[in-house]
Amino acid sequence: MLRMIIRRLVSGVAVLFVVAVITFLMLYISAGDVGRRILGDQASEEAVAAKNTELGLDEPVLERMGDWFSSALRGDFGKSWFTNEPVVDAIMNRLDVTLVMVFVSITIIAVVATVAGITAAVRRGWADRAVQIASIGGSALPGFVIGVVLINFFAVQRGWFPAVSRIVPGASVGDWVNSLTLPIIALVINGAANAAAQIRSAFIKQLEMDYVRTLRSRGISEREILFKHVLRSAAPAGLTVLSLQFIGLLGGVVVIESIFAIAGMGRLAVDATTQGDLPIVMGVVMYTVAIVIIVNLAVDIANGWLNPKVRAR
Amino acid sequence: MSENVTTSEPASPEAGQSGTVVRPNLVRRLLKNPLGMAAAVIIGLAVLAAILAPLIATHDPNTASLTDVLIGPGENGHWLGTDSAGRDIYSRLVWGARVTLLSGALAASVGIVLGLPTGLIAGYFGGKFDGVASWLVNVLLSLPGIMVLLAVRAATGPSVWISMIVLGVLFAPGFYRLTRTAVQSVRNELYVDAARVAGLSDARIIARHILSVVRAPVIIQASMVAGLSISIQSALEFLGLGDPLVPTWGAMVGDGFRNIYRQALNLVWPMLALAVIIGGFVLLGNALRDALEDLEKVKAKHRTDTSARGSLGSAPPVEAGTEGILLKVSDLGVGYPQSDGTIKKVVDDVSFEVNRNEVVGIVGESGSGKSQTAFTILGLLPDNAVVTGGSIQFDGNYTVALGDDRVPQSRLVELRGKRISYIPQEPMSNLDPAFTIGSQLVRPMVKVLGISKDEAKQRAIDLLASVGIPDPPRTMAAYPHEVSGGMAQRVLIAGAFSCDPDLIIADEPTTALDVTVQAEVLDVLRELQDRVGLGVVMVTHNFGVVADICDRVVVMQDGRVVEQGAVRQILRDPREQYTKMLLDSTLEDKEPLTRLLVDAGEGSA
Repeated sequence: MLRMIIRRLVSGVAVLFVVAVITFLMLYISAGDVGRRILGDQASEEAVAAKNTELGLDEPVLERMGDWFSSALRGDFGKSWFTNEPVVDAIMNRLDVTLVMVFVSITIIAVVATVAGITAAVRRGWADRAVQIASIGGSALPGFVIGVVLINFFAVQRGWFPAVSRIVPGASVGDWVNSLTLPIIALVINGAANAAAQIRSAFIKQLEMDYVRTLRSRGISEREILFKHVLRSAAPAGLTVLSLQFIGLLGGVVVIESIFAIAGMGRLAVDATTQGDLPIVMGVVMYTVAIVIIVNLAVDIANGWLNPKVRAR
Repeated sequence: MSENVTTSEPASPEAGQSGTVVRPNLVRRLLKNPLGMAAAVIIGLAVLAAILAPLIATHDPNTASLTDVLIGPGENGHWLGTDSAGRDIYSRLVWGARVTLLSGALAASVGIVLGLPTGLIAGYFGGKFDGVASWLVNVLLSLPGIMVLLAVRAATGPSVWISMIVLGVLFAPGFYRLTRTAVQSVRNELYVDAARVAGLSDARIIARHILSVVRAPVIIQASMVAGLSISIQSALEFLGLGDPLVPTWGAMVGDGFRNIYRQALNLVWPMLALAVIIGGFVLLGNALRDALEDLEKVKAKHRTDTSARGSLGSAPPVEAGTEGILLKVSDLGVGYPQSDGTIKKVVDDVSFEVNRNEVVGIVGESGSGKSQTAFTILGLLPDNAVVTGGSIQFDGNYTVALGDDRVPQSRLVELRGKRISYIPQEPMSNLDPAFTIGSQLVRPMVKVLGISKDEAKQRAIDLLASVGIPDPPRTMAAYPHEVSGGMAQRVLIAGAFSCDPDLIIADEPTTALDVTVQAEVLDVLRELQDRVGLGVVMVTHNFGVVADICDRVVVMQDGRVVEQGAVRQILRDPREQYTKMLLDSTLEDKEPLTRLLVDAGEGSA
């Protein structure tokens, strides 16, 4: 078990490193005339050149990458080219909204998808068909379409929720709840639909296992088989499904935050991309991948603990 | 000769045997499914619109007009109105179909081009390549797609095509895994081995035998990926990160959204188009999968049916004079409904009896219906199985009465584990890998016998000792993966005896074991049976096992009883050609997996 955790940690750091190298090279090799973009068309050639020098853009890419890594290791991801705000601050100031949305969503998705998936797998019949149809529908609709529909119905036409987020520093709990309800519903619809279908098939697969039949032959009740044995055996597959959904949510918030004008990390990423604020883009990518790696590690540990073969080692 | 000899009536061509059905055309199957048909129509129409865009569009999709901004449908010759730059919405929708379909196709193609060959190589050759590729796949799977696309967009500027290529790369792991798994599962199949022995090169084997296996799942995956790519791509366009000169549905939704208070209708058309086309691809994938599964097996019927019928009142009393018989199976028939409405019978008109202190063997090839008969006695048939006729009575009561079309679970629940128990064929897959052997032995005893946990533990230890396990406490604490197959089978035998049953159904209890262990396990079984004096139904394909342990034997073929009688008599003087052939094949120590060449049952009966 411990060896597995260490191996995963090392692998996670390696992933982070590889992603950093690729992203850095991709972003900075084709960076173009950044000084001009920052200073605008009116600025003189000299000012632009001075800006480029100030940003270190005339140095070779590899050297800049070295600099970036050495400061990144000290927790410094550079500064925004446009606002001069340190990248770490820019992200940390917006991370809380994003994480609240993602974690609330994944919790609701876990509950809804597990209940729906198990019901469909065990009862079959109409419940099964309903879950299957709902999950095709829910996963076919793009997240932004769902978001736009929700905003149109419940914010623009009915006015039950704000169409634009009211979350600012020091906002009340009520503002948070009001502002995040629709975005979280939009995220959950997509994710739960997808996860329910997969949890359903994981359960059906376990229910068809030989040992389930043998347990029945021993006089163990259906309820006990389902909640003690099948649930336990299907849990790793379920957790893996949820970890993939979690990654999907980190992408989903990018769109949803833009629709609902939420000042989170996703919105930051979109704005930085539009402007070409490469240090911010780089920082957001690193943070996102790091979060994914941590969650995947947690899932691996949970799965290892559930599996006696791995636990023993 | 028994009363149940097969008559000369011609059996249906499929009865009892599988694998001989000709595969109907997948496409025809797909179009017969209403959802599949709908998906095909949707995608067909979109393709048509994309091809004919220059002809059927009424305006240039990019021509702005400051005088016609955000006008409603039908005005000024704009069928669906105009957007915030005065561009014709209908024409943009038609041209948008082009970009949408091409982008979906591009992402899916890139995914296939990268994922399929690598998956083939990793699955077929394994080794280092497999290790590296699998690590890369894990990296790609841990990246949120949109975040990557944002970074690429920041680096390269707006381009539908670059982002779709990147998306294709991100989807390649799906194709890789699919292909790798499929290839691994057929790599060591007999026909691939045969091709290898015949001297075919690896490339030829992959091209001829392996690609055909992965083709269908890859098409399904491609359909799903196309839908997903369109969804993600349109999200980027919606955020305003696309190329402003390319008319796309995502950008149109974005424009409509920004003007939601002025012309809300503008949102509807592109959203509808997106939902329909993405839904089309997802439905197509689902319908393809259904069509493919239909070819392999008939869909399971709902379990709710089972419980509803199973809970019907009590069974009628059994025929006078038969109360003393432990198990009496009369004219039993079991079948599976097919998609064309017929029922494929796997057990037909089967009758036999088992008395206390008697071991009855049911012998036959795979597909003869012997295991299906056993599971009907236990009430553990798959959900979609139906009882087509006959009855089963256990110790003077019906478990399946005449007229029942399912095994009534309410009656079996009272008996299973308590009075009738089961020894499965494959020891490893029949123990729950997540629980210790001890807990899997103790729990049924606590539940069925109502004894305390400590008592049950002591009993389990005694039982394990009596089936020849050297260190019972250690085995109790072990997980199934920590013991050998022979040990696991002894554990399962101990489990079957643990609650003092009157009847044990053993389904090929030695088949999965080494030859040396087989004899020992049979000895254990025989000894316990002798000591306790219960009845045993021994399902097997092996006359050696029959000779070793059975008192009487029932020979089955194609779901019917061919002959039955005392073991000695059948072994010495088999009446039926089929029994003789089974005997011969046992002597050659081969498992007759396929139907024998000469159809003995029909010829001589």
